[in-house]
Amino acid sequence: MTVIVDYGVGNLFSLKSSLKYIGVDSIVSGDPETIANADRIILPGVGAFSDAREKLRVNGLDELVIGQAKNGKPLMGICLGMQMLFERSYEYGLTQGLGLIKGEVRSISDVVPKGYKIPHIGWNSLRKSEYGRKSEVFKYTSEGDYVYFVHSFAAMDCEDSLIAATDYGTLLTAAVAHDNVFGMQFHPEKSGEVGLRILKAFCEI
Amino acid sequence: MITKRIIPCLDVRDGRVVKGVNFEGLSDVSSPVELGRYYSENGADELVFYDITASSEGRSLFSDILRKVAEQIFIPLTVGGAINTVEDFDRVLKCGADKVSVNSGAIRDPSLIYNAAKKYGDQCVVLSADVKRVNGCFTVFAKGGRENTGLDAIEWIKRGVGSGAGEIVLNSIDTDGVKGGFDLEMLEAVCDAVSVPVIASGGAGSAKDFITLFKAIPRVDAGLAASIFHFGELTIRDLKTELRANGIPVRL
Repeated sequence: MTVIVDYGVGNLFSLKSSLKYIGVDSIVSGDPETIANADRIILPGVGAFSDAREKLRVNGLDELVIGQAKNGKPLMGICLGMQMLFERSYEYGLTQGLGLIKGEVRSISDVVPKGYKIPHIGWNSLRKSEYGRKSEVFKYTSEGDYVYFVHSFAAMDCEDSLIAATDYGTLLTAAVAHDNVFGMQFHPEKSGEVGLRILKAFCEI
Repeated sequence: MITKRIIPCLDVRDGRVVKGVNFEGLSDVSSPVELGRYYSENGADELVFYDITASSEGRSLFSDILRKVAEQIFIPLTVGGAINTVEDFDRVLKCGADKVSVNSGAIRDPSLIYNAAKKYGDQCVVLSADVKRVNGCFTVFAKGGRENTGLDAIEWIKRGVGSGAGEIVLNSIDTDGVKGGFDLEMLEAVCDAVSVPVIASGGAGSAKDFITLFKAIPRVDAGLAASIFHFGELTIRDLKTELRANGIPVRL
């Protein structure tokens, strides 16, 4: 059973539907026991970092997710859920993240060249890193596959965990992995066939 | 490299897809669930659903259909039509929409954009504007293009972005349904005014119109159309193949 952590942010309906479509049993839940008993955890998220971080603190879900990940349970963060895996974020001031992956989250306006619109919205292609070419989560993903992004902030200083970047005038972090912890800046549940294959690969880990 | 998006738009009334020419003379086209899945599987980058039902009975039917569509399409889904309150945002987001498009509702209550963006994020709020030239001025129309609001379109759109709208759908009433090409002059004026993504709507009659659009105004992010796709005059794949052959980046 895969659990989609429900902590009051984001559109969990599409994520649940996409798992159902690829034949994966999933449950949307904010119950600590259900999360502790699941085979793998998906941490979704849309909105502002500090607000989401605060909501994840309710019922100690943050500590629970950290503990589960450290015990080796596969964890995938999506969009804001991915950003929360890092040490800190500078969205509306400094907020501490879950610290599962080294690096920090900063505004892409600091790095994207002039003339590029912010947020970065739309379909952009994946450029796997050397490490990413070996990543299990990308076993059904080809170089250059298109995925759907919607974000104004991105993970930076995370070269060690980078598995894919995307070109938006500069290279932005698209996906990261560290042991059993995975993060996707884009929305696999909104990225058509390519996204479904990434979810499938994660659910096979 | 980020690609130009091609977005089919489905007007839904009482559970069926319809398409108007200059917003009048609607004719039944197909089932929204079938059409949505077809587009999702055949290269659409996003789908837009407009609920043009008048009754509350039709509205709950729309919610049911929306849920069915959202269950089987895995590309972004925008929903518009009769979005007047933050509760309306909540209703369609719970049915599986990713973005919500506001139009007349925001004209009646301009704080709607700010309140919705604060709650769901800017990326969730799409400001759709129906614009027509009146005495040479770009003017906003409400109620499906029937009511002249007297609002200056450029000022209105700038104000919407300032309040938190994350994308603009610019529908030119002057070119809508005519199939003579997009309204380049109007689009240029809007792209000059705001820095959020702009989606061109109204006037697509052929693949050439999309090529002209993206070549003439590279700042336009997406092209939206309805009947040209619904009636099978142009498939999205053929359109994208032609766009790519003309050096325009698309997801194929």
